[in-house]
Amino acid sequence: MNNKNKKISIHIAKRPPLPAKTVTLLYIFAIFLALCFGGIFILCLGVNPFKFFAKVFTGSLQSKLARVALMRIIMPLFITSIGVSVAFKMKFWNTGAEGQFIMGAVFACWAAFTFENLPQPIMLLLMAVSAIIGGGLFGMVTAFFKCKFGTNETLLTLMFNYIALYIVQLLRDGIWRDPAAGGFPKIAQLPENAWVYQLGGIDMTWVICIILYIIANIYFSKTKQGYEISVVGDSQNTARYAGMDVNKIVMRTMFISSAICALAGMFQVAGDGTSHTLTTGIASGIGFTAITVAWLGKLNPTGIMAVSVLFGILEKGCGVAKSTFNLSPAVADILQGIILFVILGFDFVITYKIVFDKKNANAEEKKGENA
Amino acid sequence: MNTIVNFMFAAIKAGTPLLFGTTGEIVTQKSGNMNLGVEGLMYMGAFGGFFIAYKTDNLFLAMISAALFGMLGALIYSFLVITLKANQNVTGLALTTFGTGFASFFGEMLIEGGSPKLSQKMTELLSEKPIPVLGEIPFIGKILFSHNILVYLAIVIALIVWAYMRFTRPGMKLKAVGENPAAADAMGINVDITKYVHTLIGGAICGMGGAYISLINGNGIWNNGCVNGQGWISVALVIFASWSSAKAIFGSLIFGAFTVFQVRANDFASEFAFLSFLSKIPNAIYVMLPFVITAGVLIVSSMRSGGSDQPASCGTNYYREER
Amino acid sequence: MTIDNTNTNYAIELKGICKSFGTVKANDNIDLTVRFGEILALLGENGSGKTTLMNMLSGIYHPDGGSIYVDGNEVSIQSPEDAKRLGIGMVHQHFKLVDVMTAADNITLGGKGGLFVKKDRFKEIKELSEKYSFELDPEKLVMNMSVSEKQTVEILKLMYNGARILILDEPTAVLTPQETEKLFDILRNMKKEGCAIIIITHKLNEVMSISDRVTILHKGKSVQTVNTAETNPNELTELMVGHPMQLSIRRVECEKGENILHVHNLTLENSDGAEVIKKLSFDLYEGEILGVAGVAGSGQKELCEAIAGLYPIKKGAVLYRDMNIEGKTPREIIDLGISMSFIPEDRLGMGLAASLDIVDNMMLKTYRDKKGIFVDRVTAEELANKVVEELEVKTPDVHTPVRQLSGGNVQKVLLGREIAADPSVIITAYAVRGLDINSSYTIYDALNEQKERGVGVLFIGEDLDVMLELCDRIMVLCHGQCSGIVEAKETTKEYLGLLMTASVTEGENDEQ
Repeated sequence: MNNKNKKISIHIAKRPPLPAKTVTLLYIFAIFLALCFGGIFILCLGVNPFKFFAKVFTGSLQSKLARVALMRIIMPLFITSIGVSVAFKMKFWNTGAEGQFIMGAVFACWAAFTFENLPQPIMLLLMAVSAIIGGGLFGMVTAFFKCKFGTNETLLTLMFNYIALYIVQLLRDGIWRDPAAGGFPKIAQLPENAWVYQLGGIDMTWVICIILYIIANIYFSKTKQGYEISVVGDSQNTARYAGMDVNKIVMRTMFISSAICALAGMFQVAGDGTSHTLTTGIASGIGFTAITVAWLGKLNPTGIMAVSVLFGILEKGCGVAKSTFNLSPAVADILQGIILFVILGFDFVITYKIVFDKKNANAEEKKGENA
Repeated sequence: MNTIVNFMFAAIKAGTPLLFGTTGEIVTQKSGNMNLGVEGLMYMGAFGGFFIAYKTDNLFLAMISAALFGMLGALIYSFLVITLKANQNVTGLALTTFGTGFASFFGEMLIEGGSPKLSQKMTELLSEKPIPVLGEIPFIGKILFSHNILVYLAIVIALIVWAYMRFTRPGMKLKAVGENPAAADAMGINVDITKYVHTLIGGAICGMGGAYISLINGNGIWNNGCVNGQGWISVALVIFASWSSAKAIFGSLIFGAFTVFQVRANDFASEFAFLSFLSKIPNAIYVMLPFVITAGVLIVSSMRSGGSDQPASCGTNYYREER
Repeated sequence: MTIDNTNTNYAIELKGICKSFGTVKANDNIDLTVRFGEILALLGENGSGKTTLMNMLSGIYHPDGGSIYVDGNEVSIQSPEDAKRLGIGMVHQHFKLVDVMTAADNITLGGKGGLFVKKDRFKEIKELSEKYSFELDPEKLVMNMSVSEKQTVEILKLMYNGARILILDEPTAVLTPQETEKLFDILRNMKKEGCAIIIITHKLNEVMSISDRVTILHKGKSVQTVNTAETNPNELTELMVGHPMQLSIRRVECEKGENILHVHNLTLENSDGAEVIKKLSFDLYEGEILGVAGVAGSGQKELCEAIAGLYPIKKGAVLYRDMNIEGKTPREIIDLGISMSFIPEDRLGMGLAASLDIVDNMMLKTYRDKKGIFVDRVTAEELANKVVEELEVKTPDVHTPVRQLSGGNVQKVLLGREIAADPSVIITAYAVRGLDINSSYTIYDALNEQKERGVGVLFIGEDLDVMLELCDRIMVLCHGQCSGIVEAKETTKEYLGLLMTASVTEGENDEQ
């Protein structure tokens, strides 16, 4: 028998679907693994990673002030991620959350500046409605082109982010320029009746988060619209076959998706964290982070909640830890990147398995059997 | 006339990092990988290039370093997307987060170690000098032949990539992989290696674009936020150039023109009376224009019948045993 | 069995090959041999594991167990590259060609060559194709080619790469009888030159005419290998099906009712503006099965989708009883109270949502019926349980995503849902493709049952033998035109074959 080709080879094969429990455990392991990789990086900087992560965790929760700051990071991130996930469920790659967030803030400000003397509850409601409609339409425009001409939505929504950003700059330097700022280009603070209510020491945005969490769960799994989103996301042909108006569903869903992102922007600008002021840095990457949060959370509200909290702790905690260990605040970005890479790569383990080819061993066995 | 010449000159200068980024992303996308992490790659290259230029005073080493840092980013992307078959969009975004953080983290360390400024020798090397003879041609000499050395590098790379795709067998194989990886696989082309090699090369070219930004645009001083969206414009420019690096040369020129127009608008306004309205247009409009135009190009190119020139498999991962 | 002693080594010898996909055992301990200068037919029903087995020789799949010997040496084939090096080449059923490249580039790109694209490649391929008496324009883009031209490119690609062992996966499925004959001549020539050829098919007449030996697969196992000269179609059928089976399909005789669907002067254009259906007119009556035959890609898919409201109609009319449904969306058709069931060719891409479970798929067309904003999963689950039980769908439970079901079970879920909607017209495209014989008969019986109920059935088929027995009338499409509508009882397979190629038109038939 010629065994010249004897070599052990490795190849990958799809594995049968794993039970949900195993998948959850694997993801928890993945996060642990990601922290290990992050730890190695921290170690390379000459900092004890255990102390570092301990500081990250305690630092983000140590005081009331820290906890408030932590919630300020989590809340807009969670709302925006839910918004993104609505479109992603339909396999519509809305990378424009950043811009929709910004436009939400812009439209909210417009309402506040235009009707400045309304009583607070009506004012807030009006701002929310204005953000939802304005921001929703801003996102829906991209869906329109996608439906009409098949324009690549990933790239188009991406461009809209920058358009939104420079609209804020345009307003800042132009019609909304605060004359009281004395030559310094800035937009005036919102009037006090346009500030978000405080509840439990922080913006009441967290109530919105909880409501949104519940609604999103029901919307995805129980409603006709949620069902339509799943079918369209699975196959547009099937949706058409089922008599669904695919274009209408795509536009409607994109409206909802960007309206939620815009709502996050409204609460951001009317909240404490920004001193109730619209700046060009209003979103500062939340829209992009939300995309990764939504993806890591498997487009599931509970998963998104968990990942938002994790990212919040990481960002806030790194902010605290960097001064303790004298590191750049950018360390949070790097750690976030590392965690993303590890978990993205970990999807592989869930879908595929690696097979070590023991072909020749088998051949030997076979010979034995034949003999 | 001088205003126009200066404007054209500045447009080329501003378009060059975009040309690097676009050429790199074209090579990447031709292999079927839609790498949205160009911004991150450029940041990594910007740091890698600046750091070595600052430490060694050697431009050649600096560019090699920038390419290697870009490659490092592309390697992370490739491993996740090609070997581990992760979602391309999200991986690209993660790469942007990582690359941006990477540059500002190490850039911060650089700043803390004293203000990082390139040496006289480096700035001299990178300065704009007319090429003998050619540079003396009126107008054209100033517009085309009086640039810093990296401008020519970008154009040469773009032309090489163009010729590579068109005339060489590896270039044709790359096309086959990007169009139909299953067919390429059946031909006996190693799909994974082809994707790896070209995504890495693409990353290296993007990295050099980053170095251009940190070395030239920064006037020799490191700035943490230097790339500032030019990676995203490069992604857009790929579409504008319909996946041809030769067309990208002209595309980057046009985009470069828009980015410099904001500073030049006043010159035009004062030189030509009928353009006086230009100075009244707010700055934000000029900054916004490239993005508006790219959005327009995206829409218009999708309206054309016959579909886009995007490689057919771009955005999806290849798994041989997929049934 | 005779053993050829002049050639000691088998070109290919497979021993105990196993391959599983998830829980499905596609290949279970398969043995197979083929010599140089021999044509082996690999016979088996759809889903018996023929393609899977051959994909392991071509390097697409990797066996879970077993050994492969090429020319006497044990080998490990990790990739198509390895296969090519071993002289193995395969023409896949779905061609693996780069559409935007020329024939010559598709052929030469995988081969050896320098850094630059050879200028004389077109001439080289022209010469190669002439040598094997193919007709091919080497500069033509693959996207502009007909299926038989594409097949030629695939075969030339193998010749160019010097393949000595050729595998062809159902090469005749897309060919007319005339083109098939030509292909067979070429294969016989190659055999004379010493090539080893494996041809995958499930058509018995082709097995008898071309092969030297036949290996029969059944449910992933190799049942037997026989010399073609010593066997006959009946024996092969028995081996293929696993137990003796009457070939005939019960044709229900029933009274032809009223005209239920009238298609008039229908013209369809694809996105490139080419006419895929040209001035087609026909009637479908209650209580009949109208077959639609034709070479694959003759406009069948577009015709079905146009009637179902999924494909734009350029000209002409589609009348359901007296209502014109031309230009109506599927939704509008449902709202008109027309109960038309379309069972599309692409089950997971059009008829079902692959990632959703059986319950969710049951309510695909009815989820709107309940008032309010919520969906009614209770009714859907009842229906799902009923379908699973009545059609014997093999699934862990009704909450399993349909993607995870096997082809036959997917089709049962789809058919079950459509029949449950109590339709008056059923349109089925390739209803039994990929199904084993038993499942196929379940489908035929279900269709006959519907016919007895007075339903009009439009049956797009590919197996002429089946259509001759199942259908009442058969319409033949050729390049989007109707080349004839014939009574199934009064025609022959050969005549249908001629109609498929438009060698005759029905007018000539009348004169005969």
